[in-house]
Parts: sequence; C-alpha cells; structure tokens
Amino acid sequence: MAATALKEQLNGLVNSMFAEGLLDEQFQQLQMLQDGSNPGFVAEVVTLFCEDSERILTELTKLMDQALVDYSKVDAYVHQLKGSSSSVGAQNVKLACIQFRQFCEENNKEGCVRALNVVKHEYYRLRSKFETMLQLESRIQAYENKQQN
Amino acid sequence: MAVATETQFHVLAVDDSLLDRMLIERLLKTSSYQVTTVDSGSKALQILGLQDDQTNSPFVSSDQHDVEVNLIITDYCMPEMTGYDLLKKIKESSSLKDIPVVIMSSENVPSRINRCLEEGAEEFFLKPVQLSDMNRLKPHILKGKYKEQHQQQVLQDDSITSSNKNSNKRKAMDDEISPEMTRPRLTSSLTVL
Repeated sequence: MAATALKEQLNGLVNSMFAEGLLDEQFQQLQMLQDGSNPGFVAEVVTLFCEDSERILTELTKLMDQALVDYSKVDAYVHQLKGSSSSVGAQNVKLACIQFRQFCEENNKEGCVRALNVVKHEYYRLRSKFETMLQLESRIQAYENKQQN
Repeated sequence: MAVATETQFHVLAVDDSLLDRMLIERLLKTSSYQVTTVDSGSKALQILGLQDDQTNSPFVSSDQHDVEVNLIITDYCMPEMTGYDLLKKIKESSSLKDIPVVIMSSENVPSRINRCLEEGAEEFFLKPVQLSDMNRLKPHILKGKYKEQHQQQVLQDDSITSSNKNSNKRKAMDDEISPEMTRPRLTSSLTVL
C-alpha cells in the first residue's frame, strides 16, 4: 500500500532528524498532541515556526548591518527565536541562538555576525527537512481521505 | 439555571508568543480544560475585570455569559507587563487574589523563581511546558475552589448583601449591577489578539 511506504519514509526522515540533533524530545511532545481531532497540529506549529523564524532572521540581518549595532534589540530577537525553537524542538537552532546571545552580551560584533550565519544555516537546513516532512504528511493524509470515500 | 453535567475548569493563558499560545492551548485542551488565551498582561487584566483606565470597552457581544477563571498561567518574559507584574496585580486585587497563578519561563533563574513564589505564584514551569506538567494544575485549582467556597460560606453566614467584593467569580446576575467593576465577558477558547 502506497500510504504505508510513505509513512515509512516519513518515520525514517523524522528519525534521522532526531539522530542528527536537528530535533529533540520536544518535537515528540508535539507529535503526542496531534491526534484524530487535531490532525494538522504539527503542520500548523511547524509552519508558524518557519514564518516566525524568517521574520526574525530578516530583522536580525538588518540590525547587524547597522554601523552601530543595538545589541539589546538583537538580543531580544534572538531570545524570541530561542524560545520558539525550544518550543518546537528545533535543537540545533536553539543551541545556535544560545551561542548568539553570549556574543550579544559581550557586544562582540564579529561573534554576532558569525553566530547569525550559524543560526541561518541551521534554520535553513531544518526548514528543508520540515518541508519534506509536511509534504509527506499531506500526501499520507490525502491517501487516507481517499480511503474513507 | 442550566448546569453543565461535567464542569470543565477554565484556564486563562497569557503569552506574547503566538507559537507558545498555540502550544499551551493544545496542552490544556488535551487535558480537558477550557482555555482562553491572550497575548498580554493588560489584556488578561481586562478579561479579569481589572483595567488601569476605567473605559468600559466590551469586546464580545452582549449575549455571552460570564465564565469564571479557575487558574491563570502566564509567561514571565513579556513586553510592557511581565508575568511577575501581572501576578502582583492579581494578588493585590481583593477580587482576584484567590485565583491560582502559575508562571512559565524559558529561563531557569532561581532568584526569578523565588521572587514569583514569594509573591504568591503556585508554581513555576520551565518552558517548553510538557503534557506531564498539566497534571500539576488540578491541585491548585481545587485549592482555589476551596478558598472560594469557604469565602462564599463566610459571606452567606454574615449575610452581606453586596457579595461581589471578595468573590473571584464573574457570574451574570440579572439584577445586580456592580458600579466599580467592569463585567468581563468570556467564552471558552476565545483568543484575544
């Protein structure tokens, strides 16, 4: 059955993300909150996380481009991103944010520039896997809807 | 008066992060609570009937009935009014002080935690909040209900006619108008943005 193959693919993908440290146990908590009455919960949260993160990364890029960097503003955004990545289980992004905040505290411009690049790198790496994940989920959902008709 | 066969407890969740509001709402609903989420301390106070300014701004239609809040769970780090500030305002209010308050924070700062507990918070949850944390809420809600019932008893015994002073209930009473308080109207699962 095609849906089974897709489910195996999805499980494989998610497991590899855990193994690589892209995701942590918090993501499992999200999976536990998804059920028959809320089939789209993980997709909703992941989508929101991505939108939010991209908004924050755009602001951070602007702030870091300033001649005189406002570290308190930068820190506030990184704090937000750290919070949402923690809530979603985006481990590597969260860790990169923690590093970034250290550099903010030291008002270390070079450190912050590098840290922002690491955060971006980790985020985009995660996003592309999330995209695959959501595509697989919606294909599986489509199969299961067909089954019922 | 119609009474629901199974009373659900009602939690007011306060967090400036949309993602975290989504999460806490799902956690609470999965644990069979009715939920209202708001994005700031000032909105929370509005809902609870305490407003800094006295402008009465009804934000839902008048046919909604009042629902009481059995527990408030709030993020600590919020712009303008922190969770701690909100906690203080609640504990300073004679009408709200018995509603149990739980604080959430992504940061494990002992001095922060102690400050909140000293101010009267029941508990401190480290974010991200988990399903298992939801089991820790019921005892606080029941304690709050006990306090409330005890006070109601005292009021009845003293036969005080204006019983709206110490009650943390917001019940719609047909002929009783409270001049100094606004009447917060709540529906379950209302998200005020």
